[in-house]
Parts: sequence; C-alpha cells; structure tokens
Amino acid sequence: MNEFLSMSGYAAHVWSSYVIALGGLIVNVILARRTLRQAREEARRRLAMEKSL
Amino acid sequence: MSWAWFHRFGSPPYFYAVAGKLAPWFGWIAAVLIPIGLYGGLVMAPADHVQSDVFRIIYVHVPTAYLSLMTYTWMAIAAAVGLIWRIKVAHAVAAACAPAGALFTATALITGMIWGQPTWEPRIIFQTLLLFFFLGYLALRSAIDDQSRADRSSAVLAIVGVVNVPIIHYSVIWWNSLHQPPTLMRFDKPAMPMSMLWPLLVMILAYTCYFVAVMLWRARAEVLRRDRGGSWVRELLANPGAK
Repeated sequence: MNEFLSMSGYAAHVWSSYVIALGGLIVNVILARRTLRQAREEARRRLAMEKSL
Repeated sequence: MSWAWFHRFGSPPYFYAVAGKLAPWFGWIAAVLIPIGLYGGLVMAPADHVQSDVFRIIYVHVPTAYLSLMTYTWMAIAAAVGLIWRIKVAHAVAAACAPAGALFTATALITGMIWGQPTWEPRIIFQTLLLFFFLGYLALRSAIDDQSRADRSSAVLAIVGVVNVPIIHYSVIWWNSLHQPPTLMRFDKPAMPMSMLWPLLVMILAYTCYFVAVMLWRARAEVLRRDRGGSWVRELLANPGAK
C-alpha cells in the first residue's frame, strides 16, 4: 500500500494532479446544478410576482 | 435529408425537455466510467520504463487537454449556428460550454506543469491563450446587458478563437518543444501499449460524458433564464414537481 501511495517518489506530483482534476469536476457539477436550481427559483419567483399583481 | 430535427432542437421547450432527459444518463455513465478509468490508470497500468509512476498524470492530463479543445470547438460551432440561423438555443449551448471549457483548460495547464516543467513553450502559450478565450467569452457575455448584442459579440469572439484549436494540436509537431508529440491522435497506431491505453480511452469517454451532462444542465438553466416570461415556462412551473 505504501509503495502504491509513494508512486515511486512522485506522490506529490501524481496525487496533487488527481486532487486538482477530480476536485474541479466535483466543483463544476455543484455549480452547474446550482445554476439550474437558481434559474428555476428565479422563474418561479417571477411567476408568483406576476400572479400577485 | 429532412432538417426538421434541427429546427425542433431550436425550440426552447423541446430542448429543455430533451436535455432534462439526457443529462442524467450522461452524468451516470461518467460516474461509472471515472472510477473504472482511475482504477485502470492508477492500479492496473504498469509503470512507464522511462518516467516511472509520474506518467500516471496522463490519465487526468490528456482527457482534460482533449476536452478543452473539443469544448471550444463545440462552443464555436454552437455560436456560429446561433449567429447564422439566429437560434437562441444555440447561443445558450455556446454559453453553457464556456465554464466547463475554462475548467478543462486550467486543469490541463496545471497538471501539465506539475508533470513537466512550467516553461513557456508553444503548447503552454497557446493553451493559455485558449483559457483567455474562454474567460474573455464569459466576461464579454456578462459585460453586455442586451441579450442579443451579448450573443452576437461573444459568438464572433468564439468563432475567431477557433483558429487557436489546430495551432494547439499541431504545436508539438511544428515546434521542437518540451511537450512530447501526440500519443493518440496520430495517423499510425497510438504510441502506447494496450495495458496503458485502455484506461486512457475510458477516461476520455468518461470526461466526454461528464462534459455533455454538465453542458446540458447549464444550457437548461440558460434557456430557462432567457425565456422565464414565456408561456411554456409558465405551464412548466405550474406543476410544483417540474424539473
């Protein structure tokens, strides 16, 4: 296991690359889903405001 | 050949519904393929006889670099379709490509610099230029209040920047630089044994599915934002469980 984690002495290079790449993917999914949710909420708010007028 | 399908996709309610059905499929395929590709790249692939285990960065570097170019090409095509045929959904798709494209480009640059040396060689220079095109596209869209002007201006920028895509691809052939020549996109067979190649192909497929899912989510948000006063949006949101 230690041998695998050490990546022949390149652990910092390999693992930092994977953390950056996979972290970016996760953050991007969260932001994309949030953008869609906010667009829906904004449209609902607008609809509710129009009905109340 | 009938172009009815093309015009159907130009309809915001149709696009919103179809994208909503397709996005989860692409998202789940990516969620299944990424662990398989990571296991193949980190555990099953043998160490490189020259670069040892540091070569394993290839399994995140190459998919992001490939997707950065593919995303920009898609963005430019969608922007051109929007500009020529005045299809608003195409502008929404182009706008949805940019954030993911900027992420892929930045990741390719950072992982490339971790793997090699942060030297200003041709591939890095043109890849950095690509990042500025993505960021410039996003900045231009947010700086212009009028939607149709923002669409037109950003589409022109996207189309101009597509010239950079083949330059990035061929930069390692045209100039003698630190970056190695193409490994996959060659006229002869790939310069990798199958034991190292299959995880890379799985990761490229996973990243492609990931991009499609994220792009469709963002495109749906953009379509909804543009058409929020439209009758189809009213009908859609009248249903409390509408997605």
